[in-house]
Amino acid sequence: MEISAAQANEAPAETTTLAWQKTELARHPQRPHPMDFIANLFTDRSEIHGDRAFGDDAAVTCLMARFHGEEVLVIANLKGRTTKEKVQRNFGMPNPEGYRKALRTMKIAEKFGRPIFTFIDLAGANAGLGAEERGQAEAIAHNLREMSRLRVPTIATITGEGGSGGALAIAVTDRVFILENAAYSVISPEACASIMWRDASKRALAAEALRTTADDVYRLGCVDAIVPEPEGGAHTQPALAAEMLGKILRQSLSDLQQLSIEELIAQRQKKFRNMAQFYTS
Amino acid sequence: MSWFKRSENEIMANGEKSVRTEGLWIKCEGCRQVVWKAELEANLNVCPKCGRHFRLSARERIDSLLESGYDLVDLELRSTDPLEFSDLKSYKARLQKARQDTGLNDAIINALGELGPHSVVLSVMEYAFIGGSMGCVVGETIARAVDRSLTTRHPLIIVAASGGARMMEGVTSLMQLAKIATGLAQLDDAKVPYISVLTDPTTGGVTASFAMLGDLNVAEPGALIGFAGPRVIEQTLRQKLPEGFQRSEFLLEHGMLDAVVPRKELREYLIRALDFMQR
Repeated sequence: MEISAAQANEAPAETTTLAWQKTELARHPQRPHPMDFIANLFTDRSEIHGDRAFGDDAAVTCLMARFHGEEVLVIANLKGRTTKEKVQRNFGMPNPEGYRKALRTMKIAEKFGRPIFTFIDLAGANAGLGAEERGQAEAIAHNLREMSRLRVPTIATITGEGGSGGALAIAVTDRVFILENAAYSVISPEACASIMWRDASKRALAAEALRTTADDVYRLGCVDAIVPEPEGGAHTQPALAAEMLGKILRQSLSDLQQLSIEELIAQRQKKFRNMAQFYTS
Repeated sequence: MSWFKRSENEIMANGEKSVRTEGLWIKCEGCRQVVWKAELEANLNVCPKCGRHFRLSARERIDSLLESGYDLVDLELRSTDPLEFSDLKSYKARLQKARQDTGLNDAIINALGELGPHSVVLSVMEYAFIGGSMGCVVGETIARAVDRSLTTRHPLIIVAASGGARMMEGVTSLMQLAKIATGLAQLDDAKVPYISVLTDPTTGGVTASFAMLGDLNVAEPGALIGFAGPRVIEQTLRQKLPEGFQRSEFLLEHGMLDAVVPRKELREYLIRALDFMQR
């Protein structure tokens, strides 16, 4: 596996773990962003802006698009590549208006019977004064509930970082896919390390303990499938990575379209109701 | 060495003479006055002098809301430690300690009983159990409370007191947000009432799921309620947060709550609301 770039960033005194190396790969600066996958997979894209209440969150994009000729809605968060763009897009961390825009467009898709694809690569929902004032928690909670009963097929893909509730807020879907080198976690390894070890530099240990790799998350039954990446990671051959993902999305959509809407919703709700049952009685 | 010493009838300092008053009196963090603990407890843990709301245990909360003769249910679930998580201490050891301290298997109690004239399903979080954090057991127990409401059509009331998702159960605790929100969608479709009561503190994944999804969301005065914890925001912004930020009254002012209700009036408020919602 190609991890030399990740290792180069590592402070020498810090012990590393496989889970941390995977985290570095998921955050690799050359890793394709959701928009890179979308540009390869969807045509005739036209953006829908704004939440009709406060503003237009630049960290979230909602697109009318075509997937193999079929009308679909695409939702993705945008991290930005250049420093200026990163700041403008708040490093991909959505505010409440971003989640509300996403839900608003999902309702449009539902009204017109169009399938929904979401793509996720974010460290988390934005934490800040404005986000709290405008109800970040409420916006996320609302999305979770409404997505569980949307009357169209829905497919989420975690392409990089699946950062906790901020990721889940657009991932309560019929199918949840995760790329081989992506991560899905309830808290960032850094934050976990500073809380549990009282030392943020224990992030590698925290990453290991949190079991955030695609393999772990799949084994724990929290995603439906792992999407393979080209040898060395998606950043080595972005077009091929998109093609590999595209095949799975196409198959998955056609599977979901075999079901009636009632079957689809019942199946989705049953999946989440029975998920992560780690208890004894 | 003292100048004078009583050689006869020497006073023995054996430490037994002083009257022990620790635990009988509490200094209120709100008004800085000394309050007799028994008086505080008789007042539902609300300071009789300034009205500051101290935390209530889950059992005290249930007693304060339901008529006597209620049933506690779903108490038997125990976490299997899905990640085999260990930091400076193992999660298993933390669970064991929390069980001993609280007498509960996890941070939640479901109760079935009467709230005035209404039969209700009441689910109450226990903050003393690992900060009321939500792992698979809390998630499943609340999901079962939702299921019970769906089957019986009895209104659901959830009293939140939690720091958020339990990080020691990793992504499996994150999935509990979706699990409960999915159940609440079904409850909403079935038009069964659900009232969310937010108490100090309600943050993180608990706020970002069921606590904000009530037909009514009501909070106790002065409760810390938010998505990100205040320390996280302070670290991110590198600035002090304004006074009263993320308190119940702040959320009310920003339109995020339906009401702020003092503990003494909560029972009457809930009965009033259920009268409105139920035929």
